[in-house]
Amino acid sequence: MIYDLAIVGAGPAGMAAGIEAAALGLSVTVLDEQPAPGGQVFRAVEAASGDAALAGEFRDAGGALAAAFRAVRGIAYRPQTTLWHLDPEAGLLSVVSGGATAEIQARRILLATGAQERPVPIAGWTLPGVMSAGAAQILLKTAGAVPDGSVVIAGQGPLCWLLAVQLLRAGVERLTLLETGSGGAFRDALRAGGLWTGRKLLAKGLALMRETRARGLRVVRNVRDLRAEGDGRIRTVRWRQGSRDHALACDTLLLHEGVIPSTHITRALGLDHDWDARQLCWRPRLDRWGATSHANVAVAGDGGGIGGWEAAAAGGRLAAIDAAHRLGRFDAAVRETRAADASKARHAALALRPFLDRLYRPGPGVLAPADDTIVCRCEEITAGQVRDAARLGAAGPNQVKAYLRAGMGPCQGRMCGTVVAGLIAETRGTSMESVGALRPRAPFKPMTVGELANQRPDAIPELTA
Amino acid sequence: MFRRRPEARPATQDRLVEVFVAGRPIRVPEGASAAAAVLLSGAPAIRTTPVGGAPRLPYCMIGICFDCLAEIDGVANRQSCLVPVAPGMRIEPQIGARVARADDTAPEAA
Repeated sequence: MIYDLAIVGAGPAGMAAGIEAAALGLSVTVLDEQPAPGGQVFRAVEAASGDAALAGEFRDAGGALAAAFRAVRGIAYRPQTTLWHLDPEAGLLSVVSGGATAEIQARRILLATGAQERPVPIAGWTLPGVMSAGAAQILLKTAGAVPDGSVVIAGQGPLCWLLAVQLLRAGVERLTLLETGSGGAFRDALRAGGLWTGRKLLAKGLALMRETRARGLRVVRNVRDLRAEGDGRIRTVRWRQGSRDHALACDTLLLHEGVIPSTHITRALGLDHDWDARQLCWRPRLDRWGATSHANVAVAGDGGGIGGWEAAAAGGRLAAIDAAHRLGRFDAAVRETRAADASKARHAALALRPFLDRLYRPGPGVLAPADDTIVCRCEEITAGQVRDAARLGAAGPNQVKAYLRAGMGPCQGRMCGTVVAGLIAETRGTSMESVGALRPRAPFKPMTVGELANQRPDAIPELTA
Repeated sequence: MFRRRPEARPATQDRLVEVFVAGRPIRVPEGASAAAAVLLSGAPAIRTTPVGGAPRLPYCMIGICFDCLAEIDGVANRQSCLVPVAPGMRIEPQIGARVARADDTAPEAA
Protein backbone atom coordinates (compact mmCIF):
# COMPACT_ATOMS: atom_id res chain seq x y z
CA MET A 1 0.00 0.00 0.00
CA ILE A 2 1.03 3.62 -0.39
CA TYR A 3 0.70 5.62 2.83
CA ASP A 4 -0.39 9.24 2.74
CA LEU A 5 2.25 10.12 5.30
CA ALA A 6 5.37 8.32 6.54
CA ILE A 7 6.80 9.75 9.76
CA VAL A 8 10.38 8.97 10.74
CA GLY A 9 10.81 9.13 14.51
CA ALA A 10 8.41 8.58 17.42
CA GLY A 11 9.46 11.41 19.71
CA PRO A 12 7.12 14.28 20.60
CA ALA A 13 7.02 15.62 17.02
CA GLY A 14 6.50 12.22 15.41
CA MET A 15 3.88 11.08 17.93
CA ALA A 16 1.91 14.34 17.74
CA ALA A 17 2.09 14.33 13.95
CA GLY A 18 0.87 10.74 13.83
CA ILE A 19 -2.07 11.46 16.13
CA GLU A 20 -3.06 14.56 14.13
CA ALA A 21 -2.65 12.88 10.74
CA ALA A 22 -4.77 9.91 11.76
CA ALA A 23 -7.45 12.27 13.07
CA LEU A 24 -7.46 14.03 9.70
CA GLY A 25 -8.11 10.70 7.98
CA LEU A 26 -4.66 10.21 6.48
CA SER A 27 -3.18 6.74 6.30
CA VAL A 28 0.00 7.01 8.31
CA THR A 29 3.00 4.94 9.32
CA VAL A 30 5.53 5.86 12.02
CA LEU A 31 9.00 4.30 11.88
CA ASP A 32 11.24 4.52 14.91
CA GLU A 33 14.70 3.25 15.76
CA GLN A 34 13.76 2.75 19.42
CA PRO A 35 11.72 -0.14 20.85
CA ALA A 36 9.05 2.15 22.38
CA PRO A 37 7.58 5.59 21.65
CA GLY A 38 8.95 8.70 23.36
CA GLY A 39 12.01 9.81 21.45
CA GLN A 40 15.03 10.72 23.59
CA VAL A 41 13.24 13.28 25.77
CA PHE A 42 10.56 10.78 26.78
CA ARG A 43 12.67 7.68 26.23
CA ALA A 44 11.23 4.53 27.82
CA VAL A 45 8.55 6.67 29.47
CA GLU A 46 6.11 3.77 29.68
CA ALA A 47 8.56 1.45 31.45
CA ALA A 48 10.04 4.16 33.71
CA SER A 49 6.76 5.62 34.91
CA GLY A 50 7.26 4.24 38.42
CA ASP A 51 10.68 5.84 38.97
CA ALA A 52 10.39 8.66 41.51
CA ALA A 53 13.67 10.17 40.27
CA LEU A 54 11.94 10.92 36.94
CA ALA A 55 8.77 12.41 38.44
CA GLY A 56 7.51 15.59 36.82
CA GLU A 57 7.17 16.51 33.19
CA PHE A 58 8.83 13.35 31.90
CA ARG A 59 6.38 11.08 33.64
CA ASP A 60 3.26 13.24 33.33
CA ALA A 61 3.43 14.97 29.95
CA GLY A 62 5.59 12.31 28.34
CA GLY A 63 3.47 9.48 29.64
CA ALA A 64 0.27 11.16 28.44
CA LEU A 65 1.62 11.76 24.94
CA ALA A 66 2.88 8.17 24.57
CA ALA A 67 -0.46 6.84 25.84
CA ALA A 68 -2.37 9.04 23.40
CA PHE A 69 -0.15 7.82 20.57
CA ARG A 70 -0.67 4.16 21.51
CA ALA A 71 -4.43 4.71 21.75
CA VAL A 72 -4.86 5.95 18.17
CA ARG A 73 -6.17 3.26 15.87
CA GLY A 74 -4.96 3.37 12.33
CA ILE A 75 -1.30 4.30 12.79
CA ALA A 76 1.05 1.63 11.44
CA TYR A 77 3.72 1.98 14.13
CA ARG A 78 7.01 0.25 13.39
CA PRO A 79 9.42 0.28 16.35
CA GLN A 80 13.05 -0.86 16.12
CA THR A 81 13.01 0.06 12.46
CA THR A 82 15.89 2.06 11.02
CA LEU A 83 15.69 4.17 7.88
CA TRP A 84 18.80 3.52 5.78
CA HIS A 85 17.82 5.13 2.48
CA LEU A 86 15.19 7.59 1.34
CA ASP A 87 14.13 8.43 -2.20
CA PRO A 88 11.92 11.50 -1.75
CA GLU A 89 11.03 11.69 -5.45
CA ALA A 90 9.50 8.21 -5.43
CA GLY A 91 8.39 8.44 -1.80
CA LEU A 92 10.36 5.29 -1.09
CA LEU A 93 11.68 4.59 2.40
CA SER A 94 14.16 1.72 2.73
CA VAL A 95 14.24 0.32 6.23
CA VAL A 96 16.07 -2.37 8.16
CA SER A 97 14.66 -4.17 11.18
CA GLY A 98 15.40 -7.45 12.91
CA GLY A 99 17.92 -8.59 10.32
CA ALA A 100 15.60 -7.96 7.36
CA THR A 101 14.98 -5.09 4.96
CA ALA A 102 11.82 -3.71 3.40
CA GLU A 103 10.57 -0.75 1.43
CA ILE A 104 7.71 1.49 2.44
CA GLN A 105 6.02 3.91 0.08
CA ALA A 106 4.40 7.20 1.03
CA ARG A 107 3.07 10.31 -0.69
CA ARG A 108 4.61 12.62 1.86
CA ILE A 109 7.50 12.15 4.29
CA LEU A 110 7.93 13.84 7.65
CA LEU A 111 11.36 13.63 9.24
CA ALA A 112 10.96 13.87 13.01
CA THR A 113 14.43 12.58 13.76
CA GLY A 114 15.18 15.04 16.53
CA ALA A 115 18.37 16.36 17.98
CA GLN A 116 21.70 15.17 19.25
CA GLU A 117 23.85 16.62 21.97
CA ARG A 118 26.50 18.97 20.71
CA PRO A 119 29.84 17.15 20.69
CA VAL A 120 32.13 18.68 23.34
CA PRO A 121 35.70 18.12 22.14
CA ILE A 122 37.94 18.64 25.17
CA ALA A 123 41.21 16.97 26.08
CA GLY A 124 40.48 13.44 27.27
CA TRP A 125 36.87 13.25 26.09
CA THR A 126 37.47 9.85 24.51
CA LEU A 127 38.49 8.26 27.84
CA PRO A 128 36.17 5.59 29.24
CA GLY A 129 34.12 7.22 31.97
CA VAL A 130 33.54 10.40 29.94
CA MET A 131 30.16 10.54 28.28
CA SER A 132 27.46 13.02 27.40
CA ALA A 133 25.01 14.19 30.05
CA GLY A 134 22.17 12.90 27.92
CA ALA A 135 23.75 9.44 27.91
CA ALA A 136 23.55 9.28 31.70
CA GLN A 137 19.92 10.38 31.52
CA ILE A 138 19.17 7.62 28.98
CA LEU A 139 20.69 5.08 31.39
CA LEU A 140 18.45 6.40 34.15
CA LYS A 141 15.35 6.23 31.94
CA THR A 142 16.00 2.85 30.32
CA ALA A 143 17.75 0.92 33.10
CA GLY A 144 17.13 2.91 36.28
CA ALA A 145 20.92 3.12 36.49
CA VAL A 146 23.14 5.85 37.96
CA PRO A 147 26.89 6.43 37.93
CA ASP A 148 28.90 5.47 41.02
CA GLY A 149 31.57 7.41 42.87
CA SER A 150 32.51 11.01 42.10
CA VAL A 151 30.23 12.27 39.33
CA VAL A 152 30.80 15.57 37.53
CA ILE A 153 28.39 17.28 35.14
CA ALA A 154 30.31 19.86 33.10
CA GLY A 155 28.96 22.37 30.62
CA GLN A 156 25.83 24.45 30.35
CA GLY A 157 22.20 24.32 29.39
CA PRO A 158 18.86 23.34 30.95
CA LEU A 159 19.67 19.63 30.74
CA CYS A 160 22.58 20.05 33.21
CA TRP A 161 20.15 21.20 35.90
CA LEU A 162 17.47 18.65 35.06
CA LEU A 163 19.99 15.81 35.09
CA ALA A 164 21.51 17.06 38.36
CA VAL A 165 18.09 16.97 40.02
CA GLN A 166 17.31 13.53 38.66
CA LEU A 167 20.68 12.07 39.72
CA LEU A 168 20.39 13.58 43.20
CA ARG A 169 16.87 12.19 43.58
CA ALA A 170 18.19 8.83 42.37
CA GLY A 171 20.73 8.71 45.18
CA VAL A 172 23.95 9.98 43.62
CA GLU A 173 25.84 11.39 46.60
CA ARG A 174 29.02 12.89 45.21
CA LEU A 175 27.80 15.17 42.42
CA THR A 176 29.41 18.39 41.18
CA LEU A 177 28.18 20.76 38.46
CA LEU A 178 30.92 22.67 36.65
CA GLU A 179 29.08 25.38 34.74
CA THR A 180 30.85 26.81 31.71
CA GLY A 181 29.81 30.05 30.05
CA SER A 182 30.39 33.59 31.20
CA GLY A 183 28.69 35.86 33.73
CA GLY A 184 27.83 38.43 31.07
CA ALA A 185 25.48 36.01 29.32
CA PHE A 186 22.68 36.60 31.82
CA ARG A 187 22.43 40.35 31.18
CA ASP A 188 22.52 39.73 27.43
CA ALA A 189 19.82 37.09 27.80
CA LEU A 190 17.51 39.44 29.70
CA ARG A 191 17.51 41.75 26.68
CA ALA A 192 16.06 38.94 24.55
CA GLY A 193 12.69 39.28 26.33
CA GLY A 194 10.01 36.60 26.18
CA LEU A 195 10.15 36.07 29.93
CA TRP A 196 6.45 36.75 30.53
CA THR A 197 5.15 34.59 27.67
CA GLY A 198 7.68 31.92 28.59
CA ARG A 199 7.04 32.17 32.32
CA LYS A 200 5.90 28.56 32.69
CA LEU A 201 9.16 27.24 31.31
CA LEU A 202 11.14 29.80 33.27
CA ALA A 203 9.42 28.76 36.49
CA LYS A 204 10.23 25.14 35.73
CA GLY A 205 13.92 25.99 35.33
CA LEU A 206 14.04 28.02 38.52
CA ALA A 207 12.35 25.20 40.43
CA LEU A 208 15.05 22.80 39.21
CA MET A 209 17.78 25.17 40.38
CA ARG A 210 16.09 25.54 43.78
CA GLU A 211 15.84 21.78 44.16
CA THR A 212 19.54 21.28 43.40
CA ARG A 213 20.34 23.84 46.11
CA ALA A 214 18.05 22.15 48.62
CA ARG A 215 19.67 18.81 47.86
CA GLY A 216 23.14 20.22 48.36
CA LEU A 217 24.56 20.18 44.82
CA ARG A 218 28.05 21.64 44.59
CA VAL A 219 28.07 24.20 41.76
CA VAL A 220 31.19 25.86 40.32
CA ARG A 221 30.55 28.68 37.84
CA ASN A 222 32.54 30.36 35.07
CA VAL A 223 34.49 27.20 34.38
CA ARG A 224 36.79 27.04 31.35
CA ASP A 225 39.64 24.96 29.90
CA LEU A 226 38.08 21.66 30.96
CA ARG A 227 40.30 18.58 30.66
CA ALA A 228 39.73 14.93 31.48
CA GLU A 229 42.80 12.98 32.58
CA GLY A 230 43.52 9.37 33.39
CA ASP A 231 45.26 6.27 32.16
CA GLY A 232 42.79 3.90 30.53
CA ARG A 233 39.84 5.72 32.10
CA ILE A 234 39.10 9.11 33.60
CA ARG A 235 40.55 9.75 37.06
CA THR A 236 40.71 13.55 37.28
CA VAL A 237 38.88 16.51 35.80
CA ARG A 238 40.80 19.79 35.61
CA TRP A 239 39.59 23.31 34.84
CA ARG A 240 40.41 27.00 35.19
CA GLN A 241 38.30 29.50 37.06
CA GLY A 242 39.51 33.08 36.96
CA SER A 243 43.28 32.83 37.09
CA ARG A 244 43.40 29.61 39.11
CA ASP A 245 43.69 25.95 38.16
CA HIS A 246 41.50 23.40 39.87
CA ALA A 247 41.34 19.59 39.92
CA LEU A 248 38.82 17.07 41.19
CA ALA A 249 38.93 13.28 41.41
CA CYS A 250 36.28 12.00 39.02
CA ASP A 251 34.85 8.60 38.13
CA THR A 252 32.25 9.74 35.61
CA LEU A 253 32.36 13.02 33.67
CA LEU A 254 29.14 14.03 31.91
CA LEU A 255 29.61 16.70 29.23
CA HIS A 256 26.87 18.95 27.85
CA GLU A 257 26.91 22.13 25.76
CA GLY A 258 23.33 22.06 24.56
CA VAL A 259 21.62 20.13 21.80
CA ILE A 260 21.71 20.66 18.03
CA PRO A 261 19.52 19.38 15.18
CA SER A 262 20.47 15.98 13.79
CA THR A 263 21.00 16.84 10.14
CA HIS A 264 22.43 13.56 8.87
CA ILE A 265 19.38 12.61 6.77
CA THR A 266 18.39 16.13 5.71
CA ARG A 267 21.97 16.66 4.50
CA ALA A 268 22.04 13.32 2.71
CA LEU A 269 18.90 14.41 0.84
CA GLY A 270 20.65 17.59 -0.23
CA LEU A 271 18.05 19.86 1.38
CA ASP A 272 18.80 23.56 1.94
CA HIS A 273 20.29 24.39 5.35
CA ASP A 274 21.13 27.62 7.18
CA TRP A 275 23.93 28.24 9.67
CA ASP A 276 22.68 29.33 13.08
CA ALA A 277 25.45 31.66 14.25
CA ARG A 278 24.06 32.00 17.78
CA GLN A 279 23.68 28.30 18.48
CA LEU A 280 26.62 27.29 16.25
CA CYS A 281 24.76 24.61 14.33
CA TRP A 282 23.15 23.91 10.98
CA ARG A 283 19.40 23.67 10.59
CA PRO A 284 17.32 22.68 7.56
CA ARG A 285 15.51 25.65 5.98
CA LEU A 286 11.81 25.30 6.78
CA ASP A 287 8.63 27.30 6.32
CA ARG A 288 6.23 27.62 9.23
CA TRP A 289 4.60 24.28 8.35
CA GLY A 290 7.92 22.47 8.44
CA ALA A 291 8.12 22.14 4.66
CA THR A 292 11.70 21.78 3.37
CA SER A 293 13.27 22.68 0.04
CA HIS A 294 12.03 19.34 -1.33
CA ALA A 295 8.33 19.32 -2.29
CA ASN A 296 7.64 15.90 -0.70
CA VAL A 297 9.60 16.23 2.54
CA ALA A 298 8.89 18.06 5.79
CA VAL A 299 10.78 18.29 9.08
CA ALA A 300 9.20 18.69 12.52
CA GLY A 301 10.66 18.90 16.00
CA ASP A 302 14.16 19.61 17.19
CA GLY A 303 15.61 18.28 13.94
CA GLY A 304 14.51 21.58 12.41
CA GLY A 305 15.89 23.78 15.21
CA ILE A 306 15.96 23.37 18.97
CA GLY A 307 12.68 24.31 20.63
CA GLY A 308 12.02 21.62 23.23
CA TRP A 309 9.32 18.97 23.34
CA GLU A 310 6.26 21.25 23.46
CA ALA A 311 7.32 23.17 20.37
CA ALA A 312 8.19 19.85 18.72
CA ALA A 313 4.74 18.40 19.38
CA ALA A 314 3.06 21.54 18.06
CA GLY A 315 5.32 21.48 15.01
CA GLY A 316 4.40 17.86 14.39
CA ARG A 317 0.72 18.78 14.38
CA LEU A 318 1.34 21.67 11.97
CA ALA A 319 3.26 19.41 9.59
CA ALA A 320 0.43 16.83 9.67
CA ILE A 321 -2.17 19.51 8.92
CA ASP A 322 -0.02 20.78 6.05
CA ALA A 323 0.33 17.21 4.74
CA ALA A 324 -3.46 16.85 4.63
CA HIS A 325 -3.71 20.16 2.78
CA ARG A 326 -1.05 19.20 0.24
CA LEU A 327 -2.76 15.84 -0.32
CA GLY A 328 -5.94 17.68 -1.27
CA ARG A 329 -8.00 17.09 1.88
CA PHE A 330 -8.72 20.81 2.37
CA ASP A 331 -7.76 24.22 1.04
CA ALA A 332 -5.34 26.76 2.51
CA ALA A 333 -8.05 28.62 4.42
CA VAL A 334 -9.15 25.46 6.24
CA ARG A 335 -5.51 24.67 6.93
CA GLU A 336 -5.19 28.02 8.74
CA THR A 337 -8.31 27.38 10.82
CA ARG A 338 -7.23 23.90 11.81
CA ALA A 339 -3.73 25.09 12.67
CA ALA A 340 -4.80 27.84 15.08
CA ASP A 341 -4.33 25.81 18.28
CA ALA A 342 -1.01 24.28 17.31
CA SER A 343 0.36 27.61 16.06
CA LYS A 344 -0.51 29.24 19.37
CA ALA A 345 1.02 26.37 21.33
CA ARG A 346 4.24 26.56 19.36
CA HIS A 347 4.45 30.31 19.76
CA ALA A 348 4.12 29.97 23.53
CA ALA A 349 6.61 27.10 23.69
CA LEU A 350 9.22 29.07 21.75
CA ALA A 351 8.81 32.35 23.66
CA LEU A 352 11.66 31.69 26.06
CA ARG A 353 13.99 30.33 23.38
CA PRO A 354 15.79 33.62 22.57
CA PHE A 355 16.48 34.07 26.29
CA LEU A 356 17.81 30.51 26.63
CA ASP A 357 19.82 30.72 23.43
CA ARG A 358 21.65 33.78 24.75
CA LEU A 359 21.99 32.54 28.31
CA TYR A 360 23.47 29.25 27.16
CA ARG A 361 25.25 30.42 24.07
CA PRO A 362 28.01 27.89 23.43
CA GLY A 363 31.48 29.31 23.78
CA PRO A 364 33.53 29.58 20.58
CA GLY A 365 35.80 26.87 22.06
CA VAL A 366 33.36 24.13 21.04
CA LEU A 367 34.31 24.74 17.40
CA ALA A 368 37.97 25.57 18.11
CA PRO A 369 39.52 22.97 20.41
CA ALA A 370 43.25 22.97 21.19
CA ASP A 371 45.58 21.36 18.66
CA ASP A 372 46.18 18.17 20.68
CA THR A 373 42.45 17.48 21.19
CA ILE A 374 40.84 14.65 19.23
CA VAL A 375 37.93 15.96 17.15
CA CYS A 376 37.17 12.87 15.05
CA ARG A 377 36.65 10.16 17.64
CA CYS A 378 36.32 7.37 15.06
CA GLU A 379 39.55 7.99 13.16
CA GLU A 380 41.34 9.71 16.08
CA ILE A 381 42.16 12.91 14.20
CA THR A 382 43.19 15.93 16.24
CA ALA A 383 42.25 19.59 15.82
CA GLY A 384 45.89 20.30 14.93
CA GLN A 385 45.79 17.83 12.04
CA VAL A 386 42.62 19.46 10.70
CA ARG A 387 44.20 22.93 10.96
CA ASP A 388 47.27 21.63 9.08
CA ALA A 389 45.05 20.20 6.33
CA ALA A 390 43.21 23.53 6.07
CA ARG A 391 46.54 25.34 5.72
CA LEU A 392 47.55 22.87 3.01
CA GLY A 393 44.48 23.88 1.04
CA ALA A 394 41.52 21.81 2.22
CA ALA A 395 38.65 24.26 1.82
CA GLY A 396 35.84 22.15 3.30
CA PRO A 397 35.06 19.11 5.45
CA ASN A 398 34.64 16.82 2.44
CA GLN A 399 38.23 17.60 1.42
CA VAL A 400 39.52 17.15 4.96
CA LYS A 401 37.80 13.77 4.92
CA ALA A 402 39.84 12.84 1.85
CA TYR A 403 43.05 14.20 3.40
CA LEU A 404 42.72 12.71 6.88
CA ARG A 405 39.73 10.32 7.02
CA ALA A 406 38.05 12.66 9.52
CA GLY A 407 34.34 11.90 9.11
CA MET A 408 34.97 8.61 7.33
CA GLY A 409 34.58 6.33 10.35
CA PRO A 410 31.42 4.58 11.50
CA CYS A 411 29.69 7.73 12.80
CA GLN A 412 30.05 9.26 9.32
CA GLY A 413 30.83 12.71 10.70
CA ARG A 414 27.87 13.01 13.07
CA MET A 415 30.31 13.84 15.87
CA CYS A 416 33.10 15.72 14.10
CA GLY A 417 31.54 17.27 10.98
CA THR A 418 30.67 20.70 12.36
CA VAL A 419 33.84 20.94 14.47
CA VAL A 420 36.00 20.10 11.45
CA ALA A 421 34.19 22.77 9.43
CA GLY A 422 34.64 25.26 12.28
CA LEU A 423 38.39 24.57 12.38
CA ILE A 424 38.66 25.11 8.62
CA ALA A 425 36.69 28.37 8.82
CA GLU A 426 38.91 29.58 11.68
CA THR A 427 42.17 28.60 9.96
CA ARG A 428 41.25 30.03 6.57
CA GLY A 429 39.41 33.06 7.93
CA THR A 430 36.19 32.23 6.10
CA SER A 431 32.56 31.71 7.07
CA MET A 432 30.83 28.45 7.94
CA GLU A 433 28.58 28.97 4.91
CA SER A 434 31.52 29.03 2.52
CA VAL A 435 33.22 26.06 4.22
CA GLY A 436 30.03 24.00 3.93
CA ALA A 437 29.13 20.67 5.49
CA LEU A 438 29.81 16.99 5.01
CA ARG A 439 27.58 15.31 2.47
CA PRO A 440 26.50 12.01 4.05
CA ARG A 441 25.28 9.21 1.84
CA ALA A 442 23.13 6.12 2.28
CA PRO A 443 23.16 3.79 4.07
CA PHE A 444 22.37 6.27 6.85
CA LYS A 445 23.30 3.55 9.34
CA PRO A 446 25.68 0.64 8.70
CA MET A 447 24.00 -2.60 7.71
CA THR A 448 25.23 -6.06 6.82
CA VAL A 449 25.15 -7.54 3.34
CA GLY A 450 23.03 -10.28 4.88
CA GLU A 451 20.41 -7.74 5.93
CA LEU A 452 20.45 -6.13 2.50
CA ALA A 453 19.95 -9.50 0.84
CA ASN A 454 17.18 -10.47 3.25
CA GLN A 455 14.25 -8.56 1.70
CA ARG A 456 11.29 -9.58 3.82
CA PRO A 457 8.56 -6.99 4.17
CA ASP A 458 6.67 -9.30 6.54
CA ALA A 459 9.59 -9.26 8.99
CA ILE A 460 9.22 -5.56 9.77
CA PRO A 461 7.24 -5.23 12.97
CA GLU A 462 3.98 -3.36 12.82
CA LEU A 463 2.12 -2.94 16.05
CA THR A 464 -1.11 -1.12 15.28
CA ALA A 465 -3.44 -2.21 12.54
CA MET B 1 30.79 2.47 36.40
CA PHE B 2 27.04 2.45 36.78
CA ARG B 3 24.83 0.72 39.31
CA ARG B 4 21.25 -0.41 39.14
CA ARG B 5 18.63 1.03 41.50
CA PRO B 6 16.17 -1.71 42.44
CA GLU B 7 13.78 1.03 43.61
CA ALA B 8 13.62 2.50 40.08
CA ARG B 9 10.92 0.07 39.02
CA PRO B 10 8.02 -1.21 41.12
CA ALA B 11 8.56 -4.87 42.03
CA THR B 12 5.93 -6.08 39.58
CA GLN B 13 7.67 -4.41 36.66
CA ASP B 14 11.23 -5.10 37.73
CA ARG B 15 11.90 -7.95 35.35
CA LEU B 16 15.56 -8.80 34.93
CA VAL B 17 17.22 -10.37 31.93
CA GLU B 18 20.45 -12.37 32.20
CA VAL B 19 23.05 -11.58 29.54
CA PHE B 20 26.78 -12.25 29.23
CA VAL B 21 29.28 -9.41 28.99
CA ALA B 22 32.68 -10.74 27.93
CA GLY B 23 31.54 -14.15 29.12
CA ARG B 24 30.41 -13.05 32.58
CA PRO B 25 26.72 -13.25 33.49
CA ILE B 26 24.92 -10.11 34.60
CA ARG B 27 21.24 -9.42 35.23
CA VAL B 28 19.92 -6.14 33.86
CA PRO B 29 16.43 -4.62 33.62
CA GLU B 30 14.26 -5.64 30.71
CA GLY B 31 14.27 -2.84 28.14
CA ALA B 32 17.87 -1.84 28.85
CA SER B 33 20.30 -1.84 25.96
CA ALA B 34 23.33 -4.05 25.49
CA ALA B 35 25.42 -0.91 26.01
CA ALA B 36 23.75 -0.37 29.38
CA ALA B 37 24.58 -3.98 30.31
CA VAL B 38 28.26 -3.30 29.55
CA LEU B 39 28.27 -0.14 31.69
CA LEU B 40 26.53 -1.97 34.55
CA SER B 41 29.04 -4.83 34.31
CA GLY B 42 31.94 -2.51 35.07
CA ALA B 43 33.85 -3.71 32.01
CA PRO B 44 36.79 -1.34 31.37
CA ALA B 45 35.99 -0.98 27.64
CA ILE B 46 33.33 -1.97 25.14
CA ARG B 47 35.71 -1.67 22.21
CA THR B 48 39.21 -0.69 21.23
CA THR B 49 39.69 1.64 18.29
CA PRO B 50 40.92 0.26 14.95
CA VAL B 51 43.39 3.16 14.63
CA GLY B 52 45.19 3.47 17.96
CA GLY B 53 43.85 0.55 19.98
CA ALA B 54 42.44 2.97 22.59
CA PRO B 55 39.76 1.69 24.97
CA ARG B 56 36.29 3.20 24.69
CA LEU B 57 32.98 3.01 26.50
CA PRO B 58 29.62 4.27 25.16
CA TYR B 59 29.51 8.06 24.86
CA CYS B 60 26.08 9.20 23.60
CA MET B 61 23.70 6.26 24.14
CA ILE B 62 21.39 7.50 21.34
CA GLY B 63 22.97 5.95 18.26
CA ILE B 64 25.08 8.91 17.16
CA CYS B 65 28.68 8.37 18.31
CA PHE B 66 29.32 4.71 17.43
CA ASP B 67 31.62 4.34 20.42
CA CYS B 68 29.43 1.51 21.76
CA LEU B 69 30.28 -0.89 18.93
CA ALA B 70 30.33 -4.47 20.19
CA GLU B 71 30.05 -8.01 18.93
CA ILE B 72 26.56 -9.14 19.87
CA ASP B 73 25.59 -12.78 19.45
CA GLY B 74 28.41 -13.20 16.97
CA VAL B 75 27.64 -10.17 14.80
CA ALA B 76 30.48 -7.64 14.83
CA ASN B 77 30.30 -3.83 14.95
CA ARG B 78 26.76 -3.49 16.26
CA GLN B 79 25.62 -0.26 17.90
CA SER B 80 24.98 -1.81 21.28
CA CYS B 81 23.03 1.23 22.55
CA LEU B 82 20.33 0.42 19.97
CA VAL B 83 20.05 -3.28 20.82
CA PRO B 84 17.71 -4.16 23.70
CA VAL B 85 18.92 -7.02 25.89
CA ALA B 86 17.44 -10.48 25.36
CA PRO B 87 17.86 -13.57 27.60
CA GLY B 88 21.20 -15.24 27.02
CA MET B 89 22.55 -12.45 24.77
CA ARG B 90 26.33 -12.58 24.40
CA ILE B 91 28.03 -9.18 24.28
CA GLU B 92 31.75 -9.20 23.47
CA PRO B 93 33.99 -6.16 23.12
CA GLN B 94 34.74 -5.08 19.56
CA ILE B 95 38.52 -5.31 19.41
CA GLY B 96 39.74 -3.02 16.66
CA ALA B 97 38.32 -3.54 13.19
CA ARG B 98 36.06 -6.43 12.32
CA VAL B 99 38.00 -9.45 11.12
CA ALA B 100 36.62 -11.45 8.22
CA ARG B 101 36.49 -15.09 9.21
CA ALA B 102 36.38 -18.18 7.06
CA ASP B 103 33.40 -19.49 9.01
CA ASP B 104 31.38 -16.26 8.68
CA THR B 105 27.76 -16.92 7.90
CA ALA B 106 24.83 -14.60 7.57
CA PRO B 107 23.11 -13.96 10.90
CA GLU B 108 19.73 -15.61 11.33
CA ALA B 109 16.90 -13.17 10.89
CA ALA B 110 15.17 -12.46 14.18
